[in-house]
Amino acid sequence: MRGQTHAEWTKLRTGTGAGPLLLAVVALTAAVSAAAAAAATCPAAGCSHDVPRLGLIGVQAGQAVVAALAVLAMGGEYGTGMIRTTLTAMPRRGAVLAAKAIVLTGVTLVAGTVAVLASVLAARLILPGNGFTPESGHPPLSLADGPTLRAAAGSVLYLVLIALFSLGVAAAVRDTVTAAGVVLGVLYLSPILVRLVQDPDAQRFLYRISPMDAGLTVQATTGLADLPLGPWAGLGVLAAWTAAALLAGGLLLRLRDA
Amino acid sequence: MSTGTDTAAPYRSPLRAGRDGFARLLRAEWTKFRTVRGWVLAMGAAALVTVLLGVLLATGMRTVCSNGPVEIRCPALPTGPGGEAVDDKFYFVYRQLTGDGSITARVTSMAGQIRLPDAVPGVRNVVPGVVPWAKAGVMVKESGEQGSPYAAVMVTGEHGVRMQHDFTHDTAGRPGKVSERSPRWLRLTRTGETLTGYESADGVTWAAVGTVRLAGLPDTVRIGMFAASPGHLTVTQGGISGSSSAMRFAEVTAVFDRVGLEGTAPAGAWSRQDVGVTLGPDGLPHHPGGLVESGGTFTVTGVGDIAPRLGDAVVETPLTGVAIGLIAVIVVAVTFMTAEYRRGLIRTTLLASPRRGRVPAAKAVVIGAAAFAAGLVAAGVTVPLGTRLLREGGTPVLPVSALTELRVIVGCAAMFAATAVFALALGALFRRGVAAVAAAVVMIILPHILATASVLPVDAAQWLLRVTPAAAFAILQSVPEYPQVIHHYAPAAGFYPLAPWAGLAVLCGYAVLALGLAVFLLRRRDA
Repeated sequence: MRGQTHAEWTKLRTGTGAGPLLLAVVALTAAVSAAAAAAATCPAAGCSHDVPRLGLIGVQAGQAVVAALAVLAMGGEYGTGMIRTTLTAMPRRGAVLAAKAIVLTGVTLVAGTVAVLASVLAARLILPGNGFTPESGHPPLSLADGPTLRAAAGSVLYLVLIALFSLGVAAAVRDTVTAAGVVLGVLYLSPILVRLVQDPDAQRFLYRISPMDAGLTVQATTGLADLPLGPWAGLGVLAAWTAAALLAGGLLLRLRDA
Repeated sequence: MSTGTDTAAPYRSPLRAGRDGFARLLRAEWTKFRTVRGWVLAMGAAALVTVLLGVLLATGMRTVCSNGPVEIRCPALPTGPGGEAVDDKFYFVYRQLTGDGSITARVTSMAGQIRLPDAVPGVRNVVPGVVPWAKAGVMVKESGEQGSPYAAVMVTGEHGVRMQHDFTHDTAGRPGKVSERSPRWLRLTRTGETLTGYESADGVTWAAVGTVRLAGLPDTVRIGMFAASPGHLTVTQGGISGSSSAMRFAEVTAVFDRVGLEGTAPAGAWSRQDVGVTLGPDGLPHHPGGLVESGGTFTVTGVGDIAPRLGDAVVETPLTGVAIGLIAVIVVAVTFMTAEYRRGLIRTTLLASPRRGRVPAAKAVVIGAAAFAAGLVAAGVTVPLGTRLLREGGTPVLPVSALTELRVIVGCAAMFAATAVFALALGALFRRGVAAVAAAVVMIILPHILATASVLPVDAAQWLLRVTPAAAFAILQSVPEYPQVIHHYAPAAGFYPLAPWAGLAVLCGYAVLALGLAVFLLRRRDA
């Protein structure tokens, strides 16, 4: 297993694309979070914003780049035919997917942590200037605060799960562009669907099973009682999607001719 | 043989020279698109997904109304003279006026009550107060029918004296609130079809507020005093869909005196009508208005509004699935470009068409046209079918003119086309499909989702929909904002910060810019 992981790490490290994409994850996440913080204002009368969630909103943009990175790690091999060399060298196909998952988890953890920390820092610096002051009930964003720490750590885990979900889909779909379209479609479909339906029960049900809405519940720090499911349970729903995608991808990788 | 001075004619191929006209190139690119089955299918899927999501939404939406204790099919929305759906609910104290005439009245006070969100769950939290657009004044109205033409001059809660007519028109008069110490005199004169509103602080010096013409006003009309108060709007952040708004009960009570009526009107008591009042579950009028008359002083209480109606389903409601259809369009358009690089076909393409700048242009025309067709089918089916299904399910849909509906449909097709061209150009810029798809989705779809279904505050959401290509979603908005109506004017409620065509122009600008850059780079870079 060490050999496989090392091989996958070498591929990711030396191939073009991974470096710029990891940088893009950090830059896009932090930039969108900072822009949202700069555009948000809190009147003196107070406001009902979920501040940690607002400060971490860039994760919704960064996840698209994370998905692209993960899709390329698997699907890119099919584009170039490299997959045949890979499977010749490492005939245990499940191990190949596992090795890719390990490497992806590592790099996404690092990039995600940097991105989330940068977002929190940007929000902490920008928001007090826009009326989010202790007087209006919003102390500066701090990781010493339990729910904020949970939101930040949960966001990093969210990005890792998105990477693994995309890896599973790419292993199943094989074409990189199609896989990227499928992943982004599945992710961004759920907020639209939740708005589409009027029936509150159906709405809560869709929220509960959707990877993005449920997964991002881990960022919520206010009005938790009104949400259809708890923060960690929400991340668990995304984890279930990820497990299903990896399982399907792994099975298809074993069964199909490469 | 010939003499030595002859020179040999240079060799000319007997084959006819190939034409490299743009039409040829278009045909070549069209053949490439047409013959890849996956692309044609995916483009069809883009349209299909939009239609299916629209039908799913429209069939899932059921609305019932109640009249007293019985549930009934929701009545059709009253429509104003301009064809738009209107709210026409107010308390009217009137007389029949035949021919020309005028009414004069002094308003000395405006007070009322507002229901705020319950501080203690289950306990009504009603406080004294007047909402900004509570209105009371004098009015000429064609009939007692909801939606019939009218003109009125009035005092408002916070917007001073106004003259309004036929629901959508609003002219400002003198600002300031009304009180015992600073009363407002109002006068409305009718001459044929022309109505002129005046205001005065003392009843001596009068200033005209506005003159309007109500075409086809009958000889006999209703003339009198009215009061109406729209509900109180509260917006709460959070919850499943980002933010939600609620309209709560508010009523206004205005005191009129020095009432003078000129013209041919029957003597006797004033008639009264609680226009548009509905019955509550107990069978009694729900939030009725009223009149107390004593010695020339009229105290009129009214609930409701006289204004264009907002907040119901609209013709673009079934098009909510467009964002997902666009993802399929993006995937096809990007692949249409990047497949050339992946398969090395680009070298053949450029060999056949050495004037490189034409290649992305031809591709853009082909993919743009294909996406336009897909979008036209998607919207052309979804809008009429979806609105019909909504109305069959009892959900009222705000009516718009045929021209506006056509603009929504054609605009949707144009948005598909511009998205395809933008994605194609990104494909040419990045030359890597995944990066281009991610970039296109992040720039077109994500801002729309962040702005309409996330915790993003309204001001940030509006900023996003002004500067990103997602501004194009404005082309789907069929009902405009009205400054004289308080409403939750947020992207989440379907109101975009840019005008429809301006929003589409933003996306087209991005597409043209990206395509220009793609042409430039294709000419500079080695393929």
